[in-house]
Amino acid sequence: MLTKRIIACLDMDGGRVVKGVRFKNLRDAGHPAECAAAHARSGADEIVLLDITATSANRNTLLDAVRSTAHSLFVPFTVGGGIRQLDDAAAVFDAGADKIAINSAAVRDPALIGKIAGRFGSQAVVVAIDARKTGSGFEVYVSGGRVPTGRDAVEWAREAAACGAGEILLTSMDRDGTQSGFDCELVRATAGAVSIPVIASGGAGSARDFIEVFGEGRADAALAASIFHFGLENIAELKRELHDAGIPVRWPC
Amino acid sequence: MIAIVDYGAGNLNSVKKAFDHLSVTIVVTDRPEILASADKIVFPGVGHFSSLRNLDRTGMGKALLQAASTGKPLLGICLGMQWLFEGSEECDEIAGAGIFPGKCRQFPSSVKSPHVGWNSVTVKEGSRLLRGIAQNSFVYYTHSFHAPLVAEATAVTEYGLQFAGAVERGNIFGVQFHPEKSGNAGLSILKNFCEV
Repeated sequence: MLTKRIIACLDMDGGRVVKGVRFKNLRDAGHPAECAAAHARSGADEIVLLDITATSANRNTLLDAVRSTAHSLFVPFTVGGGIRQLDDAAAVFDAGADKIAINSAAVRDPALIGKIAGRFGSQAVVVAIDARKTGSGFEVYVSGGRVPTGRDAVEWAREAAACGAGEILLTSMDRDGTQSGFDCELVRATAGAVSIPVIASGGAGSARDFIEVFGEGRADAALAASIFHFGLENIAELKRELHDAGIPVRWPC
Repeated sequence: MIAIVDYGAGNLNSVKKAFDHLSVTIVVTDRPEILASADKIVFPGVGHFSSLRNLDRTGMGKALLQAASTGKPLLGICLGMQWLFEGSEECDEIAGAGIFPGKCRQFPSSVKSPHVGWNSVTVKEGSRLLRGIAQNSFVYYTHSFHAPLVAEATAVTEYGLQFAGAVERGNIFGVQFHPEKSGNAGLSILKNFCEV
C-alpha cells in the first residue's frame, strides 16, 4: 500500500539550517548534511533543503550544501530557493538533487515548469506555493512570503499541474512555525483540485496534526521542520504513532 | 566495471552516487564499445518513454540487446525496466526490447497518477536480485506507467491494481522503483546486482 510520506525540511540561511516563526526570528539548527543524515536515519521519507534567503550571491553556498548533503543520502532529496531559470535547476541537479522546488520564478513564468520538466521529467519538479488565508480563499505570496500576488492558491496549483509540475508543496503561511496544526482546509481544497501529490506544510506540532492532515486534509505527504530539529518529536516515534492510528506509513524502516 | 547507460535524459547522478557508496567502479557512457567491455550494465531512467529514441541514434539500443543476449548482467531501473517490455502506451511508436511480454500501461483512474512515494513489495522467493529483502519492504516509486504482472515478476506492488515492481530472467533484471532512493533496502538490491 502506498504510504503517506513524512518529509523533513531544512530551511537554510548562509549554509546553516535555521528555523523561524512565520518566516521570521531565525534560530540556528545545524549543518544541512548532518541534519539530513540524522533525519534519514530517524525515518524521514524524504529531505527538502530550502535556501530561504537565496540570492545570486550565495548560489555557491547552496550548491556546496547540496553536494555535501546529497553525498550519502539515499532517500529522495529536493532542493529549492533561488532557482530562476533552467540553468539554475540544471546546476542543482548536477550537485545531487533529485527534485527541485520552484516558487516565485514559477509564478512569474509558468513556462519554466514545463522547461525543467521537459529536460528532467515531471517527477523532478515540485512547485512550492506559499499561501495565506483571505476572506474567501487563499492568496499566493512570493519572495519568501513577502509579496502578495492576488492569485488564488488552488487555481495556481491547478495551473502548475497542467504546466507539468510533479508535486505541489503547499505551505500555509498562517500556520508556519506555529505548531498549531496544518491548514486542513487549504490542503483539502488543493488536493481535490489536482491529480498530482500535495505535500502539506506549515503548522506541524504533534502526531495528531499529521493524522488530521492525512485524513481530513487528504494530503499525500506532510512536511515539517522545527518539530524535528529541536527534538520535540522524533520521526520514528511520530511514525509509530501514525501506524498505530491506522495511517499507512513506512514503518518500521 | 559497471557501465551506466547515458542516453541524454534525466539525471544519472543518484544512481552513480549509490554505486560509489558501494565502492564499485563505474563508468557513465553513451558509447556502445564501452558497454561491450563492461562486466555489467545498469540502464537507469526517468522521464518520458519517447526519450528512448536516443538509444537508436547512438547505437546503444543495439549494444544493450547484444549484451543481454550474451548473458551479461543487465539492470533496468524505472524507464530502463519499462524498456525491457514490448513498449508503452506512453509512446506507441517506440518499441521496447521485447525481452518480457506485454506493454506498459497507465494506472486506472481510481488512483492518483503519477504513483509517487514509498510502497511495499511482495517478494517472490528465489529472486537473486532481491535476495535478503524482507517481505513487504518499502521502496520508492515515481512513475505514471506500469509494467504488466508477468510470470517473471519477482516483486509485486499494489496501486489501483497489481503490477510488476521487479522482473528477472537469467541475468536480465528490472526494477520499477528506484533502489538508489530506497534507503538500505535499495542499497542491498544494488549490492546484490554487483554480486550476480
